[in-house]
Amino acid sequence: MHKLSGIIKFLKNNAAGYLFLAPWLVGFLVLTLYPMAYSLWLGFTNYNFTKPDATQWIGLGNYLKMFGPLFGLSEFTASTGQVMRVDPYYLKALSVTFTYVFVSVPLKLTFALAVAMLMNQKLRGVAFYRAVYYIPTLLGGSVAIAVLWRKLFEKDGLVNMFLGALGFTDLPGWITNPKYALWTLVLLTVWQFGSSMIIFLAGLKQIPQEYYEAASVDGANKVRQFFSITIPLLSPVILFNLVMQMIGAFQAFTQAYIIGGGRGGVLNSTLFYTLHLYIQGWAYRELGYASAMAWVLLLVIGVLTAIVLRTSNLWVSYGTGE
Amino acid sequence: MKTNTVIRHTLTHLFIITLGVLMVYPILWMIVSSFKPNTMIFSDPGLIPKAVTLENYVTGWKGYAGTTFGRFFLNSLFMCVVAIIGNLLSCTMAAYAFARLKFVGRGLWFAVMMITLMLPGHVTLVPRYIMFNTFGWVGTYLPILVPKFLATDAFFVFLLVQFIRSLPKELDEAATIDGCSPIGVFLRIIVPLASPALVTTALFTFLWTWDDFFNHLLYLTKPETFSVSRALRTFIGDAGAVSNWGGALAMSTLSMIPAFILFFSLQKYFVQGITTTGLKG
Repeated sequence: MHKLSGIIKFLKNNAAGYLFLAPWLVGFLVLTLYPMAYSLWLGFTNYNFTKPDATQWIGLGNYLKMFGPLFGLSEFTASTGQVMRVDPYYLKALSVTFTYVFVSVPLKLTFALAVAMLMNQKLRGVAFYRAVYYIPTLLGGSVAIAVLWRKLFEKDGLVNMFLGALGFTDLPGWITNPKYALWTLVLLTVWQFGSSMIIFLAGLKQIPQEYYEAASVDGANKVRQFFSITIPLLSPVILFNLVMQMIGAFQAFTQAYIIGGGRGGVLNSTLFYTLHLYIQGWAYRELGYASAMAWVLLLVIGVLTAIVLRTSNLWVSYGTGE
Repeated sequence: MKTNTVIRHTLTHLFIITLGVLMVYPILWMIVSSFKPNTMIFSDPGLIPKAVTLENYVTGWKGYAGTTFGRFFLNSLFMCVVAIIGNLLSCTMAAYAFARLKFVGRGLWFAVMMITLMLPGHVTLVPRYIMFNTFGWVGTYLPILVPKFLATDAFFVFLLVQFIRSLPKELDEAATIDGCSPIGVFLRIIVPLASPALVTTALFTFLWTWDDFFNHLLYLTKPETFSVSRALRTFIGDAGAVSNWGGALAMSTLSMIPAFILFFSLQKYFVQGITTTGLKG
């Protein structure tokens, strides 16, 4: 009897919480936790969507398929005895994505910070300027803008028309030239610096004006002030932007898909990781392999985020304790 | 000294304006070009059209496969409305539980929710696809809309938790003393007070659903169910060798109108959403 009332009391205390949490909890268990476990398992199989009954455990086969070329392999024997070919494009996709992330994210943040500082002055119309600078970010992820971008950077596109008018000759088709195609995508990403700019602007407004006044009384010039006041006090915001933008950049898909016409572009020069994953999974129906790729992506993002956070105590300062 | 400041401000204004024009030039050019005759679009980099026509809108609107862009716009709108309802219901409920209710395991679940915030969606992609396919949902809107009713967009849960935590606790304590149940507190106090954050949630749900391409590419298989973004992609084709670029630019321009209207009418909610959660973009 005593035990029963204890259970009733327990239920009473927790019922409301779990009632409100229920949709999220069901979503987490059914649409996140279970799929994650399932895809981890799929990554060790040769699951193919067209013949799921023939699914076999192939151990590290999918991972060898990805990284085999690193060891000079072109094919190998899986644990099932079947001979598997390595994926000749995987490492290319990895290097394209790394280049894209490591170039576009720092550039985007630098730009965002520069513009935010420009706007963090007592100027009239800052709200309007901020809105205008946010427009590319507002629209940038859409198919419409990707369509436009492809048109702009074609051989006879708007960009070459302007460059031609400035006297440049022998201009390449930026999208169709494997040397430049990725850089048009980097530019498209940097162009969308609006969110980071707004976050930086909010961060800059938190820095007390007196710090700058005191510094200039002490004879510190603008550059000195920037490195001794702005950067340290803004560092938590920089860290936050860096992590979020990096995670997002690794998952970029739509723009590469549209600009490459559903493929990785000329010589796979814009074969983003997620695009390769999509092609493997949905064009070739190799969903086991696609799952393994997704787990590698998760690990790469996880490890890099951990590195950034771990090393952040070297350059991020929290609060002004003293 | 005074004139110095004036000159500096004028120069800053000039610089900001020049850079701003450069930034939005491609978009302005797209809008203007959609009104140019098809043959003149790519020979004219300027913003003032030599001839104006609505022809691109007429030919573009016809769409393809017997489906007009009217249908695609309605499809997108339908998805957005349902997604907003789903996110508002499920994310607000979860946020209320995290921010205000006491229950065993709250700390653990909150930590789990914060981790899912950073999780790349690709690790759940394949199993979700297989699961939805088993249900016979591929080709319908269900794989896109059902998750919204299960608070899978952790960003909004986080945004709402932050907002609800900032509300004075005395209000719900007083209501509880007056005999209000947790459901009553939720409906009568939390929901009305959290309305700014609800607007932000609705706003970003709309934009992300409207602009989403990947999920539409995966799950929408029949042209009559296509969203605008999915339809635009088929409209330009794989090789991009369409002859009707005017139509493509016209429909692209139309597809951007909702975002424009929402942005300029609800700007403060944008800023709030971006600064509290660093909403991606």
